Amino acid sequence: MRLVPREQPGPAFVLAVSALAVLLAFAASLVLLALYGASPVEALRVVYQGVLADPRGFAEVLRRAVPLTLAGAGLALAFRAQFWNIGAEGQLLLGAVAASGVALFGPGEGITKLFLMGLAAFVAGGLWAALPAYLKGRLSVNDVITTLMLNYVAIYLVEWLIHGPWKGRSVFGFAYTDRFPASAWLPTWPGTALAWPGVLLAVAFAVFFAWLLFATRLGFEIRVVGENPEAARYAGIRALSTLFWVALLSGGVAGLAGFVEVAGTHHRLLAPLQISLGYGYTAIIVAWLGRNHPLTTLLTGLLIGFVFAAGDVAKVALATPFQLVQVVNGLILFFLIAAEVPIRYRIVWGSDRG
Amino acid sequence: MDGAEASPPSQETPPFLELRSLTKRFPGVVANDRVSLSVRAGEVHALLGENGAGKSTLVSMLYGLLQPDEGEILLAGRRVWIRSPKDALSLGIGLVPQHFLLVKKHTVAENVALGLPGVPFLAPTRGLEVQLRQLGERYGLPVDPRAYVWQLSAGEQQRVEILKVLVRDVRLLILDEPTSVLTPQEARGLFQVLRRMKEEGHAVIFITHKLEEVLEVADRVTVLRRGRVVATLPVAGASRARLARLMVGEEVAPPKAERTRPPGEPLLFVEDLWVKSDRGYFAVKDVNFEVRAGEIVGLAGVAGNGQSELIEALTGLRRPSRGWIRLGERDLTGRDARVYFEAGVAHVPEDRTHRGVVPSLSVAENLILKHYRYPPFARGPLLDRRAVRAFAADTVERYRVVAPSVDAPVRLLSGGNIQKLILARELYARPRLLVAAHPTYGLDVGAAAQVHRLLLAERDRGAAVFLVSEDLEEILALSDRILVIFDGKIVAELSPGEASKERLGLLMAGVAA
Repeated sequence: MRLVPREQPGPAFVLAVSALAVLLAFAASLVLLALYGASPVEALRVVYQGVLADPRGFAEVLRRAVPLTLAGAGLALAFRAQFWNIGAEGQLLLGAVAASGVALFGPGEGITKLFLMGLAAFVAGGLWAALPAYLKGRLSVNDVITTLMLNYVAIYLVEWLIHGPWKGRSVFGFAYTDRFPASAWLPTWPGTALAWPGVLLAVAFAVFFAWLLFATRLGFEIRVVGENPEAARYAGIRALSTLFWVALLSGGVAGLAGFVEVAGTHHRLLAPLQISLGYGYTAIIVAWLGRNHPLTTLLTGLLIGFVFAAGDVAKVALATPFQLVQVVNGLILFFLIAAEVPIRYRIVWGSDRG
Repeated sequence: MDGAEASPPSQETPPFLELRSLTKRFPGVVANDRVSLSVRAGEVHALLGENGAGKSTLVSMLYGLLQPDEGEILLAGRRVWIRSPKDALSLGIGLVPQHFLLVKKHTVAENVALGLPGVPFLAPTRGLEVQLRQLGERYGLPVDPRAYVWQLSAGEQQRVEILKVLVRDVRLLILDEPTSVLTPQEARGLFQVLRRMKEEGHAVIFITHKLEEVLEVADRVTVLRRGRVVATLPVAGASRARLARLMVGEEVAPPKAERTRPPGEPLLFVEDLWVKSDRGYFAVKDVNFEVRAGEIVGLAGVAGNGQSELIEALTGLRRPSRGWIRLGERDLTGRDARVYFEAGVAHVPEDRTHRGVVPSLSVAENLILKHYRYPPFARGPLLDRRAVRAFAADTVERYRVVAPSVDAPVRLLSGGNIQKLILARELYARPRLLVAAHPTYGLDVGAAAQVHRLLLAERDRGAAVFLVSEDLEEILALSDRILVIFDGKIVAELSPGEASKERLGLLMAGVAA
């Protein structure tokens, strides 16, 4: 048995193999559920009824999909430029911090206030990513490490704020801020917890990034820098400035995700794990599964959002631990990476003659 | 090991290695054409030839990386088939590659243990360290087995590669351009090692394009030119001049390029230029020259004598350590590639696929690789995709680039068509200076002729053309003046009338003529 590289796999083929990988991951998850003692048939029924057949359940899918898609679309852009941003989690938290700061202490009323919160979140998340981008571009510091480590800095920043200077006056010793004024709340779809402006933001940015990538000078630079850095230098592209804009946009949308979380769901700044559930890390899977195309992150964000929502339902109905969501996400990533082999190579049986 | 072991170097026994009429074809080119040669045990046999002469192909067949289309390989008189490096090693043939294949974060002993048969699973380097020290002493290859590879110099890393091969008890050692990464002192050390190996009864194939190394270390030399064996002769009694002539070929009357107008004013000024290589040495030393508008200046030289660094300096890709580069009145010293491009410098790079194009992007996108920032392709921050496509369709037609479509990725194109695409792009902005590095290397005759016509048309348009090539016929046919570079210095400036292949060959080899 040997592997022969494929000339150029078509999009339909890639889609089919990826879909198969995801289905296999789900199948493996059901096996795990069975080992845990839950009936797979029962699990499928519960998930179908609780998530897919119930409008409120589907709203939960969307609610999870919003931060995943926002951060994922940004990461698709970053990965295209070979900026290995593993720091969407921290950028999201910085966005949440900035939005909370504006909500609690900033100016503005009504829609102006929300706009300022979003803007602050975008800038904060973007700058949080721009720092490692600058270090990479100027001093060749490994971006995987810096973006990853800055997540922890962001986590402790939030912890410090909610235990210290921003700790609420009316929260009876709990570690979170006061509730935002009502003008700093994103509206929700009636009867659900879904902050629908988040959906608009996610769709808008996924479309915008796809357009940026293929119809603008910056997008062209991003693709050249990512595909062949030496050719980029030869073409006179200044990688540092390209990298800076990529980081600003990529971190910016992650920051926006943080804004949607605090302004749409929690209405206060609270513990990092409650704000995010690891959306920033999971967004890496969203981007990867979407083959780093911003538009496909709309689909893959929805898919992983479904995994989160299904995990919620299963937790209640089947008493499974919530960590199951991470396990399923991990399995999806696992199967997807394995799917790279049949996507890139034909498997040929027999000897190496001919 | 098979029957070849311990055959003493003598004339009665069959040669250790014999190649009979080995032929290897690639699409459009015969890389090796009926190559026959023999190597005896206890002999250093040099394989001499220019780039593209077929040395690497031959070695790849010996080491099992390529299969010959015709011909046979005999080892100690018996026919063998070498299908993989593993086969080669088990037959006693080892290769020291030009670019080292070592794990930098592992120690010397660990690198040697990698892939070595019979290494224990636990503590794989136990026993090996002693063996390495012994081998090192025997052959004059001192290396600390416990040192990490990243701590070693290029010369020491090469010793590790040699030890990797020696540990496997090989009888025939192939060294692929071994001195290209060494300092002169390290090279002398290597030659000592080769002499030791010879005394121990090993056969050595030494690949090079440097004449003086052949004379210094080899017993016999086989000269390859355009895939064929030109001659095999003992080194004793061979002169540099003879070898140079064999390597570059006999005199051919170059087709003269008719010109429509005389050269104009000097345009490119290079003064006291010193440029460092990636390894920190001065690769370009105190270089001075000018190129006039409407003039082609050819730079002849053997690869690795500073051409790459000079080209990079002239196009803004490498910052010179000292000196000046001016284009007309404008001082461009130390500016980046964008500034050079905007000042009117076009560059046909040496490495087409790694620098000249982005293989995964489309033909159209590669055509605007340098122009996307400016109108008509840019409208503010946006790209005018219609203008890009129209330009691409027109250019592909005009330059006869054969491509499935302008949206096809460039990696699907042949080398010749990629080169046409690069030239089309570089000439679009009507450059004042065109720096062309090996513009026809690897191209078939038709594509090469088209490239030559384009260069001459640029000259006639009034552009200054700086042509760097190892193809002396090309240099002689196109150039108005010829510079010769050796060891980073311009060693001669000739008019095409006074230059001949033989004279250039000697100058390129560092022989004053």
